[in-house]
Amino acid sequence: MVKKIKNLKEFSLSNDRFEGANLMCPGCSHNIIVREVLNATDDPVIVATATGCLEVCTAVYPKTSWDVSWIHIGFENAAVAAATVSAAYEVMKKKGKLPPATQKMVDEGREPKIVAFAGDGGTYDIGFQSLSGAFERGHNFMYVCLDNEVYANTGGQRSSSTPIGASTTTSPAGSVSYGEKMMKKSMVEIMADHGAPYVAQVSPSKWKDLVKKVQKGFEVYGPVYINAQSACTTEWKHAPEDTIEVSDLGVDSCVWPLYEIINERDEHGIIYSTKLNITYRPKTKIPVEEYLAAQPRFRHLFKPENRHIIDLWQKAVDARWEYLQKREEAGV
Amino acid sequence: MARDLKEIKDINEIKDLGWDELIPGAALFSFTEPVEDVAEVPMEERPYAPTNSHEWQVGDWRVEKPVYNRDLCIDCQFCWVFCPDMSILSRDKKMIGVIYEHCKGCGICVEVCPTNPKSLLMFPEHMDNDEALSMWPKKEEKDK
Ligand SMILES: Cc1ncc(C[n+]2csc(CCOP(=O)(O)OP(=O)(O)O)c2C)c(N)n1
Ligand code: SF4
Ligand code: SF4
Ligand code: SF4
Ligand SMILES: [Mg+2]
Repeated sequence: MVKKIKNLKEFSLSNDRFEGANLMCPGCSHNIIVREVLNATDDPVIVATATGCLEVCTAVYPKTSWDVSWIHIGFENAAVAAATVSAAYEVMKKKGKLPPATQKMVDEGREPKIVAFAGDGGTYDIGFQSLSGAFERGHNFMYVCLDNEVYANTGGQRSSSTPIGASTTTSPAGSVSYGEKMMKKSMVEIMADHGAPYVAQVSPSKWKDLVKKVQKGFEVYGPVYINAQSACTTEWKHAPEDTIEVSDLGVDSCVWPLYEIINERDEHGIIYSTKLNITYRPKTKIPVEEYLAAQPRFRHLFKPENRHIIDLWQKAVDARWEYLQKREEAGV
Repeated sequence: MARDLKEIKDINEIKDLGWDELIPGAALFSFTEPVEDVAEVPMEERPYAPTNSHEWQVGDWRVEKPVYNRDLCIDCQFCWVFCPDMSILSRDKKMIGVIYEHCKGCGICVEVCPTNPKSLLMFPEHMDNDEALSMWPKKEEKDK
């Protein structure tokens, strides 16, 4: 059942099913994303969480911060856990073996929503094979990547999501290096190319866009991938109070474009239509430099010898924004 | 002797237990009794178990706390949606106040508050809230 959320006041009527006094850092975006995702529905939710900050800091024995059914799974297999729950649920439903409370909600049109949360390390890198497999098999669940572009929970190692020029503990900037050498992997397109019915990129600072996309994702049948920007005060090294501002700078510079890709398949699984929609267009596209300047992980790029990396960044962001607009225009 | 968490009803008993005193793999419960439809039950009415982090507190992480000024608030709920720690209490579309047991003092709520002057401001943890309210700044002229 789609929850009615016309505006923020209405959204604030939600009763959080994720609890305070967890041990996430002050100002952590992971928490804001989890709240927005869970509060997008009042239906029952079953969550699988890959190892990473979110899992480790919300389930420190003997405590839990989860009021929904929650599965603590390995670093590399959140997608499998969620897919398995989804498959088991479908069989139990078909056989009429759901627990009575669940059956009652299903009868009211309130199907349980199955969600996997994982970090970028657990998604772009180590969890990729299980994620790819679950999407290829077409299970009905939502996968949310909490993308802070670094292995935050183990002290800030680079991942294939870390963008060029970022200083991390395994790509440190110094006298001979400007930091990370590789460009960020295009995870959204990679997941869309699995033929998933719905794939989207979101930012917690644009809460309404995020909630709408999550609601759309809950409505389609099949695997849904949501790539969520997650500004990390500890590893991006900005002040905790600046989390929302840094997120906004990412969105308004088009470093973190907000868009969705919708695939439609026929009964043989052939994709007959792919549409890309840009869901937020900045009124004025701000220079990437402003986004980089707000985060000390990029501080060294402002030295004269590293300036060319900022130019490269701008070029890459412009090219990608151009590409997205072209795809949107062409309806592919 | 190993203890099963199910048997423990008092949070203080858990706090004093060592790892070696817990039954390994014992389930952690969010509530002391089944809650069928959690989304319909507000925080105040939930039968929280001592093993739910809600029953614990992280307020002592703060050196500064957000203080709320009802007189200026327009109930926009920006603070509610962007608080990472479920520490803004809103009821019936109205902002009510800060849950100090869970607030980590990140300051996001203050940053996103759109009123002028702000309806939430950071003050030293040790300061009395009434004193903070008495020192509230006046409206700031915006540079055009
Ligand atoms: C198989 C395996 N390898 C390594 C680890 C150690 N480990 C735990 S969390 C983590 C980093 C998680 O990074 P990410 O997925 O980006 O999540 P974040 O903490 O940044 O939210 C690592 C390497 C593990 N738990 N399991
Ligand atoms: S290290 Fe980053 S992602 Fe992890 S809890 Fe802290 S702010 Fe959140
Ligand atoms: S300071 Fe941070 S944790 Fe505390 S109420 Fe404000 S946003 Fe929430
Ligand atoms: S952000 Fe400010 S004005 Fe809006 S509800 Fe919170 S305290 Fe009130
Ligand atoms: Mg990460």
